[in-house]
Amino acid sequence: MRVVLDEPKCVASGQCVVAAPEVFDQRDEDGVAVVLDETPEASLHAGVREAAAICPAAAILLEQQ
Amino acid sequence: MRPIVVVGASAAGLAAVETLRREGYDKAITLIGEERHIPYDRPPLSKQILAGEWEPERLTLRDPAHLGSLDVDLRLGVTATGVDLAGRRVHLAGGATVPYDGLIVATGVRPRRLPGQGAHVLRTLDDALALRDRLGPGRRLAVVGAGFLGAEAAAVARGLGAEVTLLEPAPVPLAHAVGEDVGRVLSQAHRDHGVDLRTGVAVAALGDGGVRLADGELVEADEVLVAVGCVPNTDWLEGSGLNVLDGVLCDEFSAAAPNVYAAGDVARWHNPLFGVPMRIEHRTNAAEQGMAAARNLLHPEARKPFAPVPYFWSDQYDLRIQAYGYLRGHDEVAVVDGDLGERRFLVAYRTGDRVVGALAVGMPPKALRPWRQAVAAGARWDETVVSAHRAAT
Repeated sequence: MRVVLDEPKCVASGQCVVAAPEVFDQRDEDGVAVVLDETPEASLHAGVREAAAICPAAAILLEQQ
Repeated sequence: MRPIVVVGASAAGLAAVETLRREGYDKAITLIGEERHIPYDRPPLSKQILAGEWEPERLTLRDPAHLGSLDVDLRLGVTATGVDLAGRRVHLAGGATVPYDGLIVATGVRPRRLPGQGAHVLRTLDDALALRDRLGPGRRLAVVGAGFLGAEAAAVARGLGAEVTLLEPAPVPLAHAVGEDVGRVLSQAHRDHGVDLRTGVAVAALGDGGVRLADGELVEADEVLVAVGCVPNTDWLEGSGLNVLDGVLCDEFSAAAPNVYAAGDVARWHNPLFGVPMRIEHRTNAAEQGMAAARNLLHPEARKPFAPVPYFWSDQYDLRIQAYGYLRGHDEVAVVDGDLGERRFLVAYRTGDRVVGALAVGMPPKALRPWRQAVAAGARWDETVVSAHRAAT
């Protein structure tokens, strides 16, 4: 799995950080999401899928490798 | 073999369908949507779309290839007109019926309208494009209703150079939603940006060159936007046996009847985290509840209560407003960080003895996150807010 953020779409809700704190964080200045780990290990995939699904801006794309 | 039928092809319906597939459901799914567009995102309608910053394609929630991979019988431009719970069938306009094994209702809401002709509403992509085409420098826009939608539209219209009058029946906009103090701060932002905000006014009629107020005055405008809230799309469920007094009434699992669930703006469910029934018209709830409804429908032996901390955001001018929790009907608001006058603050909301919500403007995201945790944990007000004050001083 490869995690891609469509950054201009991000609305800084931070829902991804709640769902998968190991993979996402937010910038201090504007809250825009940051991908900490673009290729998370399998044990984190469920949380990442949850994050992509609940993102209110549909800004998280998951590419299968 | 009957399919699972999802009625409503917006955020909640799409989330439900994706969850069914993600959870391994490999039988037939039918997704019925009244609009002709493939599922798209609504929050940008009153922001980037109205401002002309984004083209409509940018709203698409999932690209066509991904939608195709879901292997769903997608029926767009199709209106559901009724449901037969005993026969497990959805009736469609034109007379066709679709049998179902399980049903998820995600038909959303529609704008409340006012008597009179020619006014805009802002709910669909077509609504937003129609209004966008009519705004520009020197155009006069009257917005009826200074809730979040009306406020966002007013802000965007000012950015486009339009002259904006914002009409609000309440003395303080958004007071019922976020409290009077925060409502006043947000009101001042409109005035600072040149909006003619008029509170405590009653609208009598629309049309004839603007908005006629109850006292007889005519607020002249080239365009009128009515943003006075929404009503759930439950007409098609009248007489079905479902309780649709204000949304589809659901239990804590988002179930409305055996094998029938509701999700998103249309669902009124009992949120056990707050102990009250609620109907939430926010984007994140649509996705979360769509997922929860799908899981509970699919795993009846392992259903989980749907107990989220609601979240919403709003962009107005350079202000980003973010809130967690259930603020409605709160007993007290306290500033726990920052300063209201500087429009950089974090306030907490109390209902009974609990922290039920927090709202931030212009604060770093990490400041708000612990408050979400406090709401999720049902934290006591006296302990949480007192310790926050101690940390701040």
